[in-house]
Amino acid sequence: MQESHGRAGECEGDPYRRRVLHRGKEVRGNMDIFKPIQLFADLITYKLLRILQGSYWGDTVNFFIYDTIKIGLLLVVINYLMAVIRYYFPMEKVRDILVKRRWFGLDYLFAALLGIITPFCSCSSIPLFIGFLGAGIPLGVTFAFLICSPLVNEASLYLFPAMFGIKATILYNLIGISVSIAGGMLIQRLHLEKYVKAELLKVKTRAQAQVENGGVPLSFRRKAGYFWKEGMCITRQIFPYMVLGVGIGALIHGFVPKNLVEQYFAVKTWWSIPLVTLLGAPLYANSVSVIPIMEAMVGKGVPLGTALTFMTAIVTISIPEALILKKVMKWELLAIFFGITISGIMLMGYILNAVF
Amino acid sequence: MKIEILGMGCAKCKQLAANTEAAVKELHLQAAIDKVDDIGKITGYGVMMVPALVVDGKVLSAGKVLNKEEIKKLIK
Repeated sequence: MQESHGRAGECEGDPYRRRVLHRGKEVRGNMDIFKPIQLFADLITYKLLRILQGSYWGDTVNFFIYDTIKIGLLLVVINYLMAVIRYYFPMEKVRDILVKRRWFGLDYLFAALLGIITPFCSCSSIPLFIGFLGAGIPLGVTFAFLICSPLVNEASLYLFPAMFGIKATILYNLIGISVSIAGGMLIQRLHLEKYVKAELLKVKTRAQAQVENGGVPLSFRRKAGYFWKEGMCITRQIFPYMVLGVGIGALIHGFVPKNLVEQYFAVKTWWSIPLVTLLGAPLYANSVSVIPIMEAMVGKGVPLGTALTFMTAIVTISIPEALILKKVMKWELLAIFFGITISGIMLMGYILNAVF
Repeated sequence: MKIEILGMGCAKCKQLAANTEAAVKELHLQAAIDKVDDIGKITGYGVMMVPALVVDGKVLSAGKVLNKEEIKKLIK
């Protein structure tokens, strides 16, 4: 089998890199379902475009074609599944589930799990926040949802195995859920309700939102088409950002010399985790776009924990998010929320670096 | 017809507003389009995901950026 990731001779002897990058393939044993895509990418890059294998551009273009197709296909499948799930779990139902039953402490777990399946856009965080609180859901439970939502999502569940392997996926998501639950409980314990801008909670909600088909149930066949349309709608929105991410990842993969990365980043120092967390916090990017960049960085020798920490910090926290949340919370609560999230992210980084 | 776009200034909300304006233009409707970014008003509609499309006080869609055709179908 031809090794087409990396320059000739550079990667055969690197057990770490091979372990991580090919973990996804190892899990499936000898059946690598993405092999056809790799073969196609090789064909286009080396035969059709006649770029020299092992050259900078060769690696870049190859990576670009491979990852764009691979992630693109995964996205289509994943978003279809998510459309199905969201059809049966619209936000109003999520809220009602959390309100109606006394879960005896399990509501934190449920809030976190529901945060996983629901989409998260920074601008939705406020109406959601108010909607939950207004319906009577405790502050801590609402936060468990808010923390988990960007942290664990369909990308971290379904794209990770293909990129980083099952073990890393399970570990990452378990830690993410635990951090959300712990964070939510902590916030509840601290009785921070007074830091929510109270006047907003007095708003009475009007009659139920009438969404899409106006409550008319779809026939089975129409449902299949509906899910496809919904899924593709989201895929199409994400696609350009994903391609951009793959482009950057491809350039890193092809052009960044391994020695440079090895010298400064491949070491698991204690300060690399806080450093990347603080670097990533103010930035924001779509999680799907960042994954190929992380893939490329890990391929260059950056430790998995460090890379995932960076990615998580980028995705979950950002300045725009802070500005938006500032409208409904006083800065004390916002600071605690971000503090907990950042601590959770760093904890995740240390654990992952220790295990991998 | 009174149309309100609920949103808080992110790109999605602007996109919905643009698509709505195009839809209204194509249908030659007499409609006033308002961008609502006040949180109190937004939550007053019981909406939990933005952007949202409200026509004559009724929430027709929430959490999605509808394209021009879908909007036309809804407001016709």
